[in-house]
Amino acid sequence: MNARLGWLILRQVAIVFATFFGLILVTFVIGRVMPLDPVTAAVGPDVSQELYDKVYKEMGLDQPVLVQFLDYVGSVLRLEFGRSFFTNQPVTADIARVFPATLELAFCGVVIGALIGIPAGILAAVKRGTFVDGAVRVVLLIGYSAPVFWKGLILLVVFYAALGWAGGPGRLSIFYEGLVPVRTGLLLVDAALAGQWDVFRDAISHIALPAISLGYGASAYIGRMTRSFMLDQLKQEYVSVARVKGLSERQVIFGHVLPNCAVQLVTTVALTFGLLLEGAVLTETVFAWPGLGQYMTKAMFNADMNAVLGGTLVIGAIFVFLNLGSDILYRILDPRTRA
Amino acid sequence: MSDLSLFARVRTGQPVTSGEARLAQMWRAFELLKASPAAMAGLAIIAVLVLVAMLAPVLAPYGPYAQELANQLRPPSAAHWLGTDEFGRDVLSRIVYGTRYTLYIVLLVAVIAAPIGLLVGASSGYLGGWIDTLFMRVTDIALAFPRLILALAFVTAFGPGLNNAIIAIALTGWPPYVRIARAEALTIRKSDYIAAIELMGASRLRIILLHVIPLCLPSLFVRLTLDMAGVILIAAGLGFLGLGAQPPAAEWGVMLSSGKEYMLSAWWVATFPGLAIFFVCMGFNLLGDGLRDILDPRQES
Repeated sequence: MNARLGWLILRQVAIVFATFFGLILVTFVIGRVMPLDPVTAAVGPDVSQELYDKVYKEMGLDQPVLVQFLDYVGSVLRLEFGRSFFTNQPVTADIARVFPATLELAFCGVVIGALIGIPAGILAAVKRGTFVDGAVRVVLLIGYSAPVFWKGLILLVVFYAALGWAGGPGRLSIFYEGLVPVRTGLLLVDAALAGQWDVFRDAISHIALPAISLGYGASAYIGRMTRSFMLDQLKQEYVSVARVKGLSERQVIFGHVLPNCAVQLVTTVALTFGLLLEGAVLTETVFAWPGLGQYMTKAMFNADMNAVLGGTLVIGAIFVFLNLGSDILYRILDPRTRA
Repeated sequence: MSDLSLFARVRTGQPVTSGEARLAQMWRAFELLKASPAAMAGLAIIAVLVLVAMLAPVLAPYGPYAQELANQLRPPSAAHWLGTDEFGRDVLSRIVYGTRYTLYIVLLVAVIAAPIGLLVGASSGYLGGWIDTLFMRVTDIALAFPRLILALAFVTAFGPGLNNAIIAIALTGWPPYVRIARAEALTIRKSDYIAAIELMGASRLRIILLHVIPLCLPSLFVRLTLDMAGVILIAAGLGFLGLGAQPPAAEWGVMLSSGKEYMLSAWWVATFPGLAIFFVCMGFNLLGDGLRDILDPRQES
């Protein structure tokens, strides 16, 4: 039994590695093979011939493609994505600086998504086929169908501009900027660590709207999955047994059915987190959120290939890890999948 | 030959030719679909989308690029039902013409991505062996990639533009179709009629193209319908970031992008294109859900 589990996990780990390799290969193709002129893509069009030749050599473009690829794999494994010609900093340093903002946003988004999605999914499953089920389905579908940047714009107009309940674009109001020492880069954590609760409150009021526009979309996915997990469980015989024993419906649902969905829910939420990292790219543009999404968008307009590919690799790696890592987690936590 | 009219034969399920049988099957699917108001609503939305796209020049009160610089950023009124944008262009007319971009994107992505998935998946399932293993490994790897980010990177390499965006979306969209086609092919390959064709000496290519792929189409179609909402959202996102269709195109993502600058003073410029995207995505989601319930009542998700 345990040997089999070990083998399955080993297999999964091998798949994770193969997928990382695939990711590196794809970004290599995007960065070095597909652009008509990778040098121009890297340094821009208006450079002297000497600089052009120098960069051409530096990028190893005079080498065979296979050597270039191996060099690229090596540099990615050393976490060297080259220099961003726009910020003139190493891309790794840039990403380390901006990524916490995205992480914080995606995390808040997934928390909101789970807080809405899981109860909604439970409600829909319990009231299956009734008006409530239909209503929940439609409300979730709305979140799923509306573009995340559009939801962001609407929220900004209503709750910031018209009602003034929430903070505007950016992570903080200008007069709170720079008051808190940067430790983790996660502003909420930094503010709490420093005991600066007014900064914390201001940060919350700024993160609320982008997190809600991300979280609403996420709740649609989480809610749908919750409903279907619950329905699968409700069909099982142990549910009838529990009911026959005379347990109240509440005890049946929260004592028996929900715990059996817990593992699947954890993996679903983990997957959603990966999706939100992607969605953050669009949301950040709307809210002037100084994260990885905004960094990458700016880089795209400047054809700053190193920065774009660095960001793609980071998000891609996290995405792959969550995607396949949640599968491993699932196998470890749920004995039924080991059969 | 029965005495019934063509319509009656199709409707009552008494076809006399294979073509009629196919029609009868579609009719039965439609009858099932009618039972679900949500799916019918979705179908209606998509029907409206197609109709509006076809009749755009008739329906739109103004040209999509006609500027009235004296009438910039006017709120909705009798002359301009949804107001005007920063160049005095009629927002309603631009949304009406935008349906054409949406259909163009959706159809092209489907036409590029679905055949790749079909061919790879059907071959993988029918042939089995090491080809199957190889194809499925590659597909699994591609499935684990973040779609939007990868499309962004592709567009950066190709250069911004509508067609490049469509290629990028299609390049990131084929893996689910491989899975679907393979699953169908696996159930088909053991059936008697395939054995019969094999005995008749048909080549593998012929069997895959003419006998396996047609049977994969229904479930592929459902999956395509469900995916279309995602395709529209990614395309709109690319347009919004300025990497997809380029201004002054009357594409909804582009309209939203330029409208966001005026969100506080002229909310209608960005709000209505967003609503249009939302309704069309909703339509595809509702229809896709309904179709899935019909084809596979076991699956509840």
